[in-house]
Amino acid sequence: MRRLAAPAAVAVLLLAAWQALVVVGRVASYVLPSPLAIVGALREVGAPVLEAARASGTNALVGLVAGSLLALAAASLAARVRALDEVLTPLAAASGALPIVALAPIFATMFGATSSLPRRLVVTLVVFLPVFVNALRGLRQVDPVHAELMRSYAAGGWATVRAVRLPGALPHVFTGLRLAASTSVIAAVVAEYFGGLQDGLGSRITSAASNSAYPRAWAYVTAACALGLLFYAGAVALERVATPWRRVPVHR
Amino acid sequence: MSSSTAVPAAPMVAVRALTQRFATAAGPVTALDGVDLTIERGRFVSLIGPSGCGKSTLLRVVGDLVTPTSGEVLVGGKTAAQARRDQDYGIAFQSAGLLEWRTVARNVELPLELHGVGRRERRARALDLLELVGLGDVAGARPSQLSGGMQQRVAIARALAESPSLLLMDEPFGALDEMTRERLQDELLRVAAAAGTTVLFVTHSIPEAVYLSDRVVVMSARPGRVAAVVDVDLPRGAGTDVREAPEFFARVTDVREALRGAPVRTGASA
Amino acid sequence: MSGSAVAPARGREAAAGALRRVAVVVAAVAVLAAAWELYAALGPVDGAGVGGVRLLPRADERSMPHLGTVLATLGEPEVAVPGARTVGQAVLAGAWTTLRLALAGWALGALVGAALAVAMQRLRLLEDGLLPWVVLSQTVPIIALAPVVAGWGGVLSVGPIAWTPASSVVVISAFLAFCPVAVGLLRGLQAPSALTEELFTSYAASWRQQLLRLRLPASLPFVVPALRLAAAQAVVGAIVAEISTGTRGGIGRLIIEYSQQATSSPARVHAAVWGAAALGLLVAGLITLADVALRRSRGTSGGPA
Repeated sequence: MRRLAAPAAVAVLLLAAWQALVVVGRVASYVLPSPLAIVGALREVGAPVLEAARASGTNALVGLVAGSLLALAAASLAARVRALDEVLTPLAAASGALPIVALAPIFATMFGATSSLPRRLVVTLVVFLPVFVNALRGLRQVDPVHAELMRSYAAGGWATVRAVRLPGALPHVFTGLRLAASTSVIAAVVAEYFGGLQDGLGSRITSAASNSAYPRAWAYVTAACALGLLFYAGAVALERVATPWRRVPVHR
Repeated sequence: MSSSTAVPAAPMVAVRALTQRFATAAGPVTALDGVDLTIERGRFVSLIGPSGCGKSTLLRVVGDLVTPTSGEVLVGGKTAAQARRDQDYGIAFQSAGLLEWRTVARNVELPLELHGVGRRERRARALDLLELVGLGDVAGARPSQLSGGMQQRVAIARALAESPSLLLMDEPFGALDEMTRERLQDELLRVAAAAGTTVLFVTHSIPEAVYLSDRVVVMSARPGRVAAVVDVDLPRGAGTDVREAPEFFARVTDVREALRGAPVRTGASA
Repeated sequence: MSGSAVAPARGREAAAGALRRVAVVVAAVAVLAAAWELYAALGPVDGAGVGGVRLLPRADERSMPHLGTVLATLGEPEVAVPGARTVGQAVLAGAWTTLRLALAGWALGALVGAALAVAMQRLRLLEDGLLPWVVLSQTVPIIALAPVVAGWGGVLSVGPIAWTPASSVVVISAFLAFCPVAVGLLRGLQAPSALTEELFTSYAASWRQQLLRLRLPASLPFVVPALRLAAAQAVVGAIVAEISTGTRGGIGRLIIEYSQQATSSPARVHAAVWGAAALGLLVAGLITLADVALRRSRGTSGGPA
């Protein structure tokens, strides 16, 4: 609980300062609406926010699951087959340098402008790199003592993987998943900017902004932030369930 | 050769002309050079020597964790590889090497699980072993919650899981403080004696080697050879504090002088 | 001693490894190109799908132009007006504009991130309070707020510097870049062991001396990957922010323009996307080169790429 106090305090301070700045500075709503104005706009808009959030959320989730599964499969293969590792790792690194969202318009023509697949494909590609890199790192590192122990037990390759490699790799996999979770939402939202099906939060934000309805735009932005936080929290919760031993208080 | 057994039973460990060479960036290195070693069943033998003398390598050769360049190694009459496949020994390292994602009990169960022992049976065995090392009440804890000494006791319990006739130990108490060390030494003696387990124990500490062993094998600096063997026969009755007995100090002095290279007064060569 | 003979050998080894990696990427690109061509030539023209969802893409000229067509497009004039620049020139010009914006954003973000990291290392309280928000800031689709940031230009002004739409792009780009730098540099500054810190304390070294002589040098292996990631983020941010702020001249805007011309010249958008990809790779490559040069001057070899 204490560890949450500091960031929570900062959040409260920032929100209060924001509200004060807007009111005292008489900042126009087209520049920066106050937090209360945004909450009001959210209530005003109502259901469409949830609709758009559901659409973007689904895109992000599909891409997150698909990208993670692909990355985990690739990492397990790369961990066993050296040649594959030599090919996949530089490729994954190079893909990290590419602006993958820029592929969205191409996917839109390839798969149809009314399909959700282009956005989901973008998310899949964006999610692949962090999960792959972290999963591979986790699978590669084995405590030498554990390796010797397994050998002393004349344990076969698969038994060693199950008993030592996989559990040891889990914390690393979740590091990648946490990062991928929040990134997936952003990618899903941003991919809409490049055309294609416009039923998610990204298009709502743009259209609100272009109509100068800034409180509404910020309301959708808040929804997008909330979605991102939800995904992140989901990844953290999954991590807690899958790796319960990490939270145990350590002997001093 | 030891003369304390009347019936010539097959030795637990028989090493003959063992040579171990390996290649390093700076050229080939001879870790062990023509080492002979015989350990009778039920005996406690320590290996001691300066850093790099190959004592850990020798232990690992016996455990088939390292393949020797030349020479013969028999464990319980079988080859080292066969002994490992048959799980005739248990091993403990300097770091406990517990799997942090398993509870203490499940850590002790690890070898049993790998070798197909049923769940109820291995849980019972694990709990028995933990009781044996005095950790019955932390069976459900996680390794990170235990002190170093407790973790090492779990590692010893795990090494005994399949009731091996041979225990290989590579400086298991090296990372612990003196008081914990002494306690664990007593526990180890008790546990090994109760089961008649043969123990091959690698250590840096002269008092530890003398306190624990029936025989201390002193090794020379690289290339490792057996420099001397000191037989130890300490009075171990109830109520005697062995560590304060004059015979103890005499043997410690013998080992120390053997390490320095002086010829040893008592004991025969290997 | 053998030490002086080992270092050049390791350097050569590292260079060989790097060349191999580049060769792998080039080979992979070639394989992808071949697969593309194969599908474009042989695949179902209208794609194929299950239950109304198209799972296999369309293989027609519009959706998957042959690579040769895309290359040919580079030579076409952009508009049917004499003296107009070619598509290739437009892509290069766009990439150049975006490159400068992204670099400016990256530099600004790196500065802000570095300042935050140093402050957070100095005061544990700041780290506890700020770090979660630094990390979570990236869940905000700031790119979505680009029009709003553009609107700020009317109200704010950084001294005599006028606020152009390009400034918004730089700010958004910097927003995406500052987080990896803040997190990476903080980790690097905290990397020295407690023992080394105690050593410096025993020398009565001031915090500033510790920073300059211990923490910053120790943080280098963490900072370079962070800067590389930040650069990639800055490029993405610049490209997308251009679209939202209506900044002309960048490659993001070019992609949108060309995708709207897809009926008449379908291959142009592909050319523009290639340009964007090349931009990303160029920026990452520049940082990697700088890292190699830095390592060589420091005398350290090897280490993670």
